[in-house]
Amino acid sequence: MQIAEIDRLSYAYSGNLVLDNISFTIDEGDILGIIGPNGAGKTTLFSCMLGLLDDYTGTIKILGDDIKKKNGKVFKSIGYIPQKKTIEQNFPATVEEIVSLGITTIGKTSKEKIALALETVGLLAQKDSRVGELSGGQQQRVLIAKAMVNNPKLLILDEPVTGIDLEMQNRFYSLLKKLNQENKITIIWASHDLDAVNRFATSVACINRSMFFHGKAYEFFENPDLLKAYSESSMQAHMHLHNHTHRG
Amino acid sequence: MILEVLEFGFMQRALIAGVSVAITSSVIGLFLVLRRNSLFGDALSHAAFGGIAIGLATNIYPLWTGLTLSILGALGITKLRQYAKIPADATVAILLSSGLALGILLISLSGGFTLDLFSFLFGSIMLVSVEDTLAILAMTGIILSIIILLYRQLMYITFDEEQARVSGLPISKLNYLFIILASVAVIVSMRLVGILLVSSLLVIPNVTALLFNKGFRKTALISISISIFSVVTGISISYAANLAPAGTIVLVSTAAFLTVLAARYYSKKKQVVKKLEEARS
Repeated sequence: MQIAEIDRLSYAYSGNLVLDNISFTIDEGDILGIIGPNGAGKTTLFSCMLGLLDDYTGTIKILGDDIKKKNGKVFKSIGYIPQKKTIEQNFPATVEEIVSLGITTIGKTSKEKIALALETVGLLAQKDSRVGELSGGQQQRVLIAKAMVNNPKLLILDEPVTGIDLEMQNRFYSLLKKLNQENKITIIWASHDLDAVNRFATSVACINRSMFFHGKAYEFFENPDLLKAYSESSMQAHMHLHNHTHRG
Repeated sequence: MILEVLEFGFMQRALIAGVSVAITSSVIGLFLVLRRNSLFGDALSHAAFGGIAIGLATNIYPLWTGLTLSILGALGITKLRQYAKIPADATVAILLSSGLALGILLISLSGGFTLDLFSFLFGSIMLVSVEDTLAILAMTGIILSIIILLYRQLMYITFDEEQARVSGLPISKLNYLFIILASVAVIVSMRLVGILLVSSLLVIPNVTALLFNKGFRKTALISISISIFSVVTGISISYAANLAPAGTIVLVSTAAFLTVLAARYYSKKKQVVKKLEEARS
């Protein structure tokens, strides 16, 4: 069963083509690693898929529904973890309260659901701690618990381990694998870390404004020509970004 | 003496209305403070001032005209923020000064300040009628019921609006509803402390509660307690010492804030010394 279908997606911002004719599908149970250099359009792709941007061309279907229809039921089936941003230290909320936000139905929250989500990410003992007092890695795990408390079918993660130490990164990836295998959650995950994508993703989409490669992870990582072409294209994009920054 | 004072009808009404206002303003204020929108209450109350002046000039019940203008102004500046991308603090300044200017203009046309207008500017908690008290209780009941029902959704928008939007919450509708609730809360609070001091009731108890470093629910409960304490103590002191109730209430809440701030400062200092001693031994 297909969880998401992106067909000829293009998006331009301030006269620049950010996404050009991107098409791919993701099957249920997949872990799709999205790789690409800075400015490749990964976050823009997610913003389109999450309904945060809707002035694009092409179609995005999630669970068979066009995302532009803004079907609340579809959005409730998606868990989203944004690019690492620190939770404001003074925000007055406990870990349990933040996780409860993931339950979007009106009325009482389910204590059992929250406890289960916190147990999965290994933070049950900290449920009464203030979220602002936790480490970066722990805060990221709180956001994962919030994203999965509603039993999503699809989890979208945008470079979730930026700024987190190596040990925490490995724990995080093991957790993703566990969520995928035990909870049957399909995962789309943007990353710079080719090694991690090689170890954990089942398929890979490599974008740099347009689609560079889409297929099984091993097809990408076991092909030296593709890897070489990817490094060269990343280097060019890096130089392009560098020049723009310095001119700007 | 306290029990004797409580036998007076005006004092009973003042305390009932005061406690209702304390609860409403601290609950609404928590969301405003956390959204870095503390001055929004000021903008709403000054827009209401323009509306009240319209009511007094046209012989329509001023609280209704005040509420209408306050809601319209708030919705207007929200649209301005969304479509013209004008910074939030600038839109607050526009609403605040325009409401005040409209009020001053209408007052000058109708021959200057009246007693009614003074009571809206500086509050008149000792003069609330039975009808006023019932209206305040009803509005408090409505606001609290909606906030309790939508508590988690409003907290989510306050925590991270983008993530709340992605989760499928109707953000615009919830924001508009909150603005209407905030406008009603401001109108209700004006009877207690007046237009000029409304934002103090929305802000000070919540800033004090945040100093306790607790979770959302506990912070809200602490804020409500501080607000009720300030109102009841303020009304009592003002009656005993023949002082202006609005000013006394606000100064009591400021004193509570300074006390908690000082206690926190000394407790932190003590902790640092203790840690150093433990490290040395």
